[in-house]
Amino acid sequence: MQATQTNNNIKLVEKPDGYEGAGFFATSLDKVVGMARKNSIWPLPFATSCCGIEFMATMGAHYDLARFGSERLSFSPRQADLLMVMGTIAKKMGPVLRQVYEQMAEPRWVLSVGACACSGGIFDTYSVLQGIDRIIPVDVYVPGCPPRPEQIIDGIMKIQHLVETESLRRRDSPEYKAMLNKYGIE
Amino acid sequence: MDSTIQERITGFIKEKYESDILSVETPYNFLTINLKKDHIIDIIRHLYEHPEGKFQYLTTLCGIHLPELKQIAIMYQLHSLVNNWRVRLKIYLPEDNAVTPTLTTVFSAANWMERETYDFFGVKFTGHPDLRRILNVEDMIMFPMRKEFPLEDQTREDKQDFMFGR
Repeated sequence: MQATQTNNNIKLVEKPDGYEGAGFFATSLDKVVGMARKNSIWPLPFATSCCGIEFMATMGAHYDLARFGSERLSFSPRQADLLMVMGTIAKKMGPVLRQVYEQMAEPRWVLSVGACACSGGIFDTYSVLQGIDRIIPVDVYVPGCPPRPEQIIDGIMKIQHLVETESLRRRDSPEYKAMLNKYGIE
Repeated sequence: MDSTIQERITGFIKEKYESDILSVETPYNFLTINLKKDHIIDIIRHLYEHPEGKFQYLTTLCGIHLPELKQIAIMYQLHSLVNNWRVRLKIYLPEDNAVTPTLTTVFSAANWMERETYDFFGVKFTGHPDLRRILNVEDMIMFPMRKEFPLEDQTREDKQDFMFGR
């Protein structure tokens, strides 16, 4: 009988630190949950302009965000872990973006891609929001106009680091609630 | 456009509203008629219903701020689809009391254009069915295309001197 060919090049995530013995492995829950979350982030792309085009390249075969466990885009904020804001946010779009953020379930992260989302960029004008951090909290900023896919991937990896090392109790902490209250979010 | 046609179009207005014409010019060979503000809707309706002119298409309508003259001009651009003639009409309103009747009684298409002109220049179109902001956020307190309002967002921080060690 012919043996089934298997691909042995699959790279697995390394197991977290812990105690190992015959038939058991013990580690902290934080580490296991962090590892699981880190490698299955569901991003919600909020793409309004050219940074969104770079994101399309990032999702494509060449850069392939699937390598980071993020190939499953969520177009419903309720099922998303990561809000990726890519592009100019006009002031009129502000309440929409805020509502999308509010609809996301905890834990949630925000990646601000490109100069416009981070600071308004070249659009120093009355109609453009001068950085999305005026209405929602941002975890990682990716500069560039627009940033290359490598930079977006770098931002995702920074998010992954935050996700991996976040304490399970952070979202219940008074500091976190105070931070959300600063933005007027319950 | 041929200058004889331009004279004919000017003649259509002169038939009934000769005293309303302030001046006629042809920048870039585009017939432009400056008018007194009082009978603008009647003049446009006259051109609409004119048996030869048939200016039955409103190409565009917008405001122009003239800060030196303290005036806001309203520009109407009409198109006669049958004859392929175009004409631009301009009226001048005082900056501090920019009020003019709505054109929606002649062209329904003027609705959104007048809302835009209100949004950016603060021109009040009396009789407009729904005069509110169309492009900017509803709680905006300025009319951004007027020259006294700065273009830049005044709350921007990353261009301030301390960011550059000054």
